[in-house]
Amino acid sequence: MELLVSDARFDSGSRWLLLHTIAVFAFLYLPIAVLILYSFNGEGVGGFPPHHLTLDWYRTLFADGPIWDSVLNSLPVALAAMVIALTFGVPAALALERAQFPGKALFRRLVLLPLILPGIITGLSLLMLFNVMGTKLSLMTIILGHGTALISVATTEVFAGLQKLDRAQEEASLDLGANYWQTFWRITVPNLKLPIIGAALLIFTLSMDEIAVSFFLIGRDNTLPLEIWGRLRRGITPEINAVSTIIFVFSLVAIVFWYRLRMQAEGGADAGAEIVQAVEGSGI
Amino acid sequence: MTTTPQIAVTSAGDDVSRTTLLSIRNVAKRFAKNVVLRDISLEVKEGEFLTILGESGSGKTTLLRIIAGFETASAGEVWMGDARLDRQPPYRRRVNTVFQSYALFPHLTVEQNVAYGLRVAKRPEAEIAARVSEALEKVKMSAHAKSKPSKISGGQQQRIALARALVNRPQLLLLDEPLSALDANLRRQMQVELKSLQREVGISFIFVTHDQEEAMVMSDRIALLRAGELEQVATPREIYGHPATAYVAQFIGHTNLLKGEVRAGVVRRGPLAWTAALPDGAALFSLRPENIRLASEKATAPGTVRVRGKVRQQAFHGATELIRVECGDGLVLVVRTPGSGGALDEVDLEFSPADAVPVRESPERI
Repeated sequence: MELLVSDARFDSGSRWLLLHTIAVFAFLYLPIAVLILYSFNGEGVGGFPPHHLTLDWYRTLFADGPIWDSVLNSLPVALAAMVIALTFGVPAALALERAQFPGKALFRRLVLLPLILPGIITGLSLLMLFNVMGTKLSLMTIILGHGTALISVATTEVFAGLQKLDRAQEEASLDLGANYWQTFWRITVPNLKLPIIGAALLIFTLSMDEIAVSFFLIGRDNTLPLEIWGRLRRGITPEINAVSTIIFVFSLVAIVFWYRLRMQAEGGADAGAEIVQAVEGSGI
Repeated sequence: MTTTPQIAVTSAGDDVSRTTLLSIRNVAKRFAKNVVLRDISLEVKEGEFLTILGESGSGKTTLLRIIAGFETASAGEVWMGDARLDRQPPYRRRVNTVFQSYALFPHLTVEQNVAYGLRVAKRPEAEIAARVSEALEKVKMSAHAKSKPSKISGGQQQRIALARALVNRPQLLLLDEPLSALDANLRRQMQVELKSLQREVGISFIFVTHDQEEAMVMSDRIALLRAGELEQVATPREIYGHPATAYVAQFIGHTNLLKGEVRAGVVRRGPLAWTAALPDGAALFSLRPENIRLASEKATAPGTVRVRGKVRQQAFHGATELIRVECGDGLVLVVRTPGSGGALDEVDLEFSPADAVPVRESPERI
């Protein structure tokens, strides 16, 4: 493991630094902690300190039909978006890393642009497109929206994985009699397993809590974030705290799962560096 | 072909009777405007251990990659037997490579790595198992069959890379500086092992290295490459004893390069003079340090060249000693003697004119 903590002495300067660090982390995580805590609060969203700890809100939540409908909408949307983004993103990464073709620089910028494009632009432009085409808004339009917006995520992740892959391995495979197709499936893909799973998880989570693009493309059926957002207009209920807590736990499990996988495969490399590296490497 | 079983057994050092396996004809390679190889012609015989020797940037790896099929020649042809090799994709060539980085597949075990070529060729599983275990035995790695490549040492990875290539029974094995990552001791050990393995399997090896000692120890023939051109192709003894060019003489071992002036069959360089059957004009000679002797007081055999000089430097190397002697007129000779017995001041040197080998400035252009 690489150590992130330096061995700075705790003189007065570093004491301030410590306080500052605590303040930043509190700003980041205190709201989440409060949210989780109040999902167990017997008196709803009011009252400090929380008391009468209860699971009532979770009971209400599980009996809440519309919430579960929205979850059942969001899951297939996220899965479909994942498939679309990977189907287009992985070949794009291969093209960017391997092939030389005219207009490659432009192609790279176009593929990676959605990464920095505000969701509002993506959503609005897709809405206009669907309008022109006369497509009725539905979960399908949201799937298309998420899928296209998240292609760049798949591309950056897999591109970074490809850059780490020793090209001599693929040459060795060809040398040993495997043709290009066999080499791709037997050598390239197994070595890209981690970046592909990583991209899939990332796309899934990003799609699950996406609001901006979904907002423009929503039809009759709500996704989970839009359902929550709709309810918030009528005021915060402890039920929303409960559903947020569940989402938080699921995200946490996904992250832990991903780290475990990575540690196993690489014996403890720095996982987060991959995205940064991909974006730097892409020249945006 | 008639039924001649003697082809199956190759005896080392029997160059004349061997048939040509690989033929490189006028191959050139350019990367954009950068010329990496120019007009290379080279033949490799069956069962031969040929070393392509050269400094980094000489084009030796590029030449190997053209044979393997990872690069396309800009001009020229590569033939194997009576088939055009350079038009086939790498996976159709009966050529296997041991890569400098070994390029083992990290997601497969040692065993699966070795089995890779046979699996892809869809050999029956029973045959694969037998051949893989035989190959692992040959490189003494049977105990590590189930390990992942990351769990074994560099020297062991090297053996696996070798087994993975040889298990396919290629007609030709290419080795791209396979020993460069090993430490000196292991390296010497592997040189011997590799050479005896090559004798055993009887497959032609093309071995690429920048290490002239390695080339001398292992090869049947050495092809010395310099800046994309072949300087000389010859046996180690030939290339050492009769270097074709000044570069070869200096690259393989140490030498004294003497720029002489020939007139009427007599060469003169400073205080030296000897006879040589050469046309009049300037000529370059290579004189190996070990071919110069410290002369005794008595007169020597007729025809021996003799010169007196001041010792400027003595370097003790154990078995031998290198001495730099200033002979006047700007002539400095390096002499290798089997121990001088102590500090020297003025010495008499002698050498036989036959050891002053005429060399060319650069390779002959056709």
